[in-house]
Amino acid sequence: MYRYDIHDQTLVDERVAQFRDQMERYQAGRLGEEEFRPLRLQNGLYIQKHAPMLRIAIPYGMLAGAQLRALADITRRYDRGYGHFTTRQNLQLNWPALEDVPDILGELAKVQMHAIQTSGNCIRNTTSDQFAGIANDEVEDPRPWCELIRQWSTLHPEFAYLPRKFKIAVSGAAQDRAAIQVHDIGLRLWRNDDGELRIKVLAGGGLGRTPMIGDVVREDLPWQHLLTYLEACVRVYNQFGRRDNKFKARIKILVKALGIEEFRRRVDEEWAHLKDGPQTLNQAAVEAAKVHFPEPDRRPVAASATEDFDKLRSENRSFARFVTNNVTDHKVPGYKAVTLSLKRREHAPGDVTADQMEAVADLADRYSFGEVRVTHEQNLVLSDVPVDELEALWKELDALGMANPTVGTLNDIICCPGGDYCGLANAVSIPIAQALQERFEDLDFLYDLGPLDLNISGCMNACGHHHVGHIGILGVDKKGEEYYQISIGGNSTDDASLGKILGPSFFREDVPGVVEKVLEVYVAERHEDERFLDTYRRIGLKPFKERVYAQQ
Amino acid sequence: MPSNDTQTEVVEQTPVHVDHLIENGELAAENAWCVSYDAEALPEQRPAFVPLALWQANQDDNELAPLLTSDTELTTELGSTLKGASAIAVDFPAFTDGRGYTIARLLRERYGYTGEIRAVGDVLVDQLDYMRRCGFSTMALRDDQHPEDALRALNAFSVRYQTDVEERQALFEKRLTASH
Repeated sequence: MYRYDIHDQTLVDERVAQFRDQMERYQAGRLGEEEFRPLRLQNGLYIQKHAPMLRIAIPYGMLAGAQLRALADITRRYDRGYGHFTTRQNLQLNWPALEDVPDILGELAKVQMHAIQTSGNCIRNTTSDQFAGIANDEVEDPRPWCELIRQWSTLHPEFAYLPRKFKIAVSGAAQDRAAIQVHDIGLRLWRNDDGELRIKVLAGGGLGRTPMIGDVVREDLPWQHLLTYLEACVRVYNQFGRRDNKFKARIKILVKALGIEEFRRRVDEEWAHLKDGPQTLNQAAVEAAKVHFPEPDRRPVAASATEDFDKLRSENRSFARFVTNNVTDHKVPGYKAVTLSLKRREHAPGDVTADQMEAVADLADRYSFGEVRVTHEQNLVLSDVPVDELEALWKELDALGMANPTVGTLNDIICCPGGDYCGLANAVSIPIAQALQERFEDLDFLYDLGPLDLNISGCMNACGHHHVGHIGILGVDKKGEEYYQISIGGNSTDDASLGKILGPSFFREDVPGVVEKVLEVYVAERHEDERFLDTYRRIGLKPFKERVYAQQ
Repeated sequence: MPSNDTQTEVVEQTPVHVDHLIENGELAAENAWCVSYDAEALPEQRPAFVPLALWQANQDDNELAPLLTSDTELTTELGSTLKGASAIAVDFPAFTDGRGYTIARLLRERYGYTGEIRAVGDVLVDQLDYMRRCGFSTMALRDDQHPEDALRALNAFSVRYQTDVEERQALFEKRLTASH
């Protein structure tokens, strides 16, 4: 886990003081609404429907137990005792008072946290793989690289007023769990035949109003040039990205307008000047970043413990379900990663109470070296649990309501805050998620369906990533009425694809029934062991469409 | 290519003169220059920043200096032409238009311009630190901005991660030097 030194700490402390000064000027009327707007946004502060919203950065999803406890304390003192984990691995507070925000940022700084650049037209929090450092299929731990990017992008003097927001995701494994193909820039760390680390750079992916899969700008960037190459990409975007229409201002529109060859040519022309400049990385600088992510001091786990674990799994059906769905293999034998489900009907997807945050911090201390990770599917992960402690952890999670054995199933819905909270939303999204979770709660049915991503967004901005859900639901507004458009066939992993819209949108109360019909088509048409996504790819949209829109 | 033309909406025809100028991190005693946006005619006042083409057409008048719009594309040719300018103004048509930061950096770092680079237009207190780091030596504050706020804002940070026009060593390098 990255620990601040005096420089990092000084910077966040000075940032708090700067924002306090800006807030005072705003309240005194010396700073206008328009002028204050980007300043507050670049400190994570939105003015929302009911109250301000504060988005706290969780760099590449890594949290220490002490930080989670501090977040619990902040939600109790300054909010309503809960927080919301987002699809970009951040935490949102829904009810802070505007005038308290400098104090909240001050509290965050005490535990090496901040809300810098979690919003606004700047480079946002870099996201990554929740299984970084422990995955079986990992080529290179992405976290030190994410940290180097975090530092390079934090208060970058040239890129604070980009045409639009800019999101970077990094994957270092064979399987992409960071959705790099749908980010402004996606980076994939890989090794060539000589074992040298290379970086594949994608640009122009994104969701929102005009969803697109990213194009490859460079296949094999040597790691030394990561920062200078990123600087060249963002500089080209800053100069040539559209500023006349905010809906056409993302880098994907520029890449599309220029064509990937011309975009690449401009980046390379720019990079020719920056290459080998003072921001070129060297081995020592990378090693210094890697020191922050050591292998934890794992005790040896006896081979018999794994046998006992397998035995329990075969005997205890509930435990087996939990293991199958919520437990992931680890690169170290005898260890597992455990996903804590934040998807329950009683709460919005991704919501956690202060009590739960503290309980998870305690579990992290006792079971997983005091660290927690946030996933872009809005769950939490304990990454280093010995197999002989899994049963005990499972029981404790069950008591907390966080052992819902549905990770990766239809029930594990990704969902934005929607019209209940968000000023941008066209329609509510949380009640849709809850209605679906209610309709499809039978575990055997869910398991029979297999892996299924259902994603819901309350508007075109696509915070709920509906385009890349196997089933995607989008709230739309028609003359003041809420409707829902349903698409199928999206996917955010290696073979990324964007969902296709079924047809005319539906009333809110009809959504669960429509999803049920889609599932019926899948169940009837699938080959043995065929995933929903593969059945769709084989048979196409038509059978689904015919079933859903059939005359009653 | 998409149009980047945000300049055409508002064209100021009378030369603009602002009172508060930040120069090398301090409030300048006076601001002699005016900024004229009129692309056709030269202003009466001197010294004056005038649109690039007008400056190029009147290079014998050494009390004129070029005003670059934010959509200026700095080619090698233009970069070398600008070396002869006594000062360069870069316009911020709106404070949210960040192209001027790149223009200033390129003038300093790529084209080696060592004279005055001035930020004009929608120049606000909270942009000054970034402007300075990108190579602006003077910033003409929008009229409603308080100079004392500006001086405070300029001193907000003592740490920076990146290299910039002022800082030639990235923090990751400094840390390595410090630990040896």
